[in-house]
Amino acid sequence: MFADYSAAELTSIFAMQGFAGLSLFSVFVLMALGLAIIFGQMGVINMAHGEFMILGAYVTWLTSGFFSSHLPGLFAAYFPVAILLAFLASALLGGAVEWLLIRHLYKRPLDTLLATWGLSLILQQAYRSIFGAREVGVRMPDWMMGSYAITDMIEVPINGLFVMGISLLTALGVYLLMYRSTWGRKVRAVVQNRPMAGAVGINTQQVDRVTFALGCGIAGIAGSAFTMIGSTGPTAGQLYIVDTFLVVVFGGAQSLLGTIASAFTISQAQSTMEFFLSGSMAKVYTLLVVVGILMVRPQGLFASRIRH
Amino acid sequence: MLDISGLCVSYGESRIINDLNMRIGENEIVAIVGRNGMGKTTLMKSLVGMHPSSAGSIRLDERDLAPLQSYQRVRAGIGFVPQGRMIFSTMTVRENIETGLSASGEKRIPEHLYELFPVLKDMRSRRGGNLSGGQQQQLAIARALAGRPKVLLLDEPTEGIQPSIIHELARTLRRIRDEHGLSIIVSEQVLSFVLDVADRVLVMEKGVLVHEAERAAIDEQVIAGFLSV
Ligand SMILES: Nc1ncnc2c1ncn2[C@@H]1O[C@H](COP(=O)(O)OP(=O)(O)O)[C@@H](O)[C@H]1O
Ligand SMILES: [Mg+2]
Repeated sequence: MFADYSAAELTSIFAMQGFAGLSLFSVFVLMALGLAIIFGQMGVINMAHGEFMILGAYVTWLTSGFFSSHLPGLFAAYFPVAILLAFLASALLGGAVEWLLIRHLYKRPLDTLLATWGLSLILQQAYRSIFGAREVGVRMPDWMMGSYAITDMIEVPINGLFVMGISLLTALGVYLLMYRSTWGRKVRAVVQNRPMAGAVGINTQQVDRVTFALGCGIAGIAGSAFTMIGSTGPTAGQLYIVDTFLVVVFGGAQSLLGTIASAFTISQAQSTMEFFLSGSMAKVYTLLVVVGILMVRPQGLFASRIRH
Repeated sequence: MLDISGLCVSYGESRIINDLNMRIGENEIVAIVGRNGMGKTTLMKSLVGMHPSSAGSIRLDERDLAPLQSYQRVRAGIGFVPQGRMIFSTMTVRENIETGLSASGEKRIPEHLYELFPVLKDMRSRRGGNLSGGQQQQLAIARALAGRPKVLLLDEPTEGIQPSIIHELARTLRRIRDEHGLSIIVSEQVLSFVLDVADRVLVMEKGVLVHEAERAAIDEQVIAGFLSV
């Protein structure tokens, strides 16, 4: 499939597609981070994670609409505000869902799978009713539209760089929270031994609720990033949940670095192959490679080597 | 101080602790001895709320702990050092002790804990899992003390510890009791340790307390008889 291109052309195609994949990478990192935090803390696989992302995307869309009609002078600055609001909205919904639904099902893992799947359907319908079935697109501020031309043929999209910065900052923030804060210490204690964490005085249910909210909030940030690469519709989250599972499994569920590396690999592979193949064939090949690698390393690429 | 009455604890259909009554006073060290499988761990876990009790009350200074969850009981004044120690092995020594601060709400590890266990200060940045058995035992005790308990529960603290430091452990427990003014319930099978540490001994057989003796009146032969198979 490479035969029709010269070596120079191939180099720039790979570079361009690689940079174009930055936004996808960001979405994957954030989605996987949220999913992995929730899974690590309470063993819940949140099937509605894509819908929490889409909530963030809708909030971003609403924010951009609000700024363009009410604060046109500040439109250039709407995106950071949107990210914050997206985080808050998804985190609040996440906290409420934990309280209403998830906490009653912790001892029944299969039921949480079904319950969160049901929740994803409910949320999709809610989005359809509230925002309409048509997909909506977000208008980017001008400064995010352009791209840096590195060479004649290679250009880097600014929005991709910006969004990647946001997601790496979020990942760093999560790291600091987990390893440098009181709250993170409680989370790690609960992850390691839940009954014992309670027996040293940690309110494990409260830790659960905050963790679930945080994971969902990060999905909301992913939704903001998502508006850069796709249009937002009620079911758009569905397309990403499978990819996100892939990223988490491929990276090894407990490793932050593994998650980032795995998100990078998968997003780059998809983005590059999409240039040469159809999108769905690119997915098929990615899946095959991931399955192949997992057969050799079932614990994931970067499984943590911590003694227990 | 701590007043347990009519306590029943079961695993599914099988009742392990049956109508247990006991009381311990301020500054008292009580040892519960019994062979393997007699229900010592079950009792300890039910006191700290890791396993629910099906009937009875656990009153600490008149407050019934039985309906509370683990973390609430710990905040009410229970400290727990479990069998096998169960330290958080991937977390550092300091972080392990800090988890215990959740109960007291303090921000810093009290210096007297490091005075009690100097080795923990030297090793505060090491992973808990890399400590020796004896050091892990000290860590588990420090973690429990960080919550400033009124009653400290220790479940077979000598298990897996070198005989040479078992005597040291008994001294440490008495020192903790004297300095902190708390009460201690310790479950044990090692008779020499029990004689070292306890003000009063209770013998447990199949979930029932079958024998009781004050320190002065302890008959070694009798207790050894209960412990031998
Ligand atoms: N998780 C459990 N499920 C069912 N039975 C248990 C469980 N843990 C302990 N038991 C039973 O309860 C009884 C008391 O055990 P335990 O409290 O561990 O005794 P001890 O600590 O004195 O050795 C034993 O007969 C044991 O088989
Ligand atoms: Mg035991």
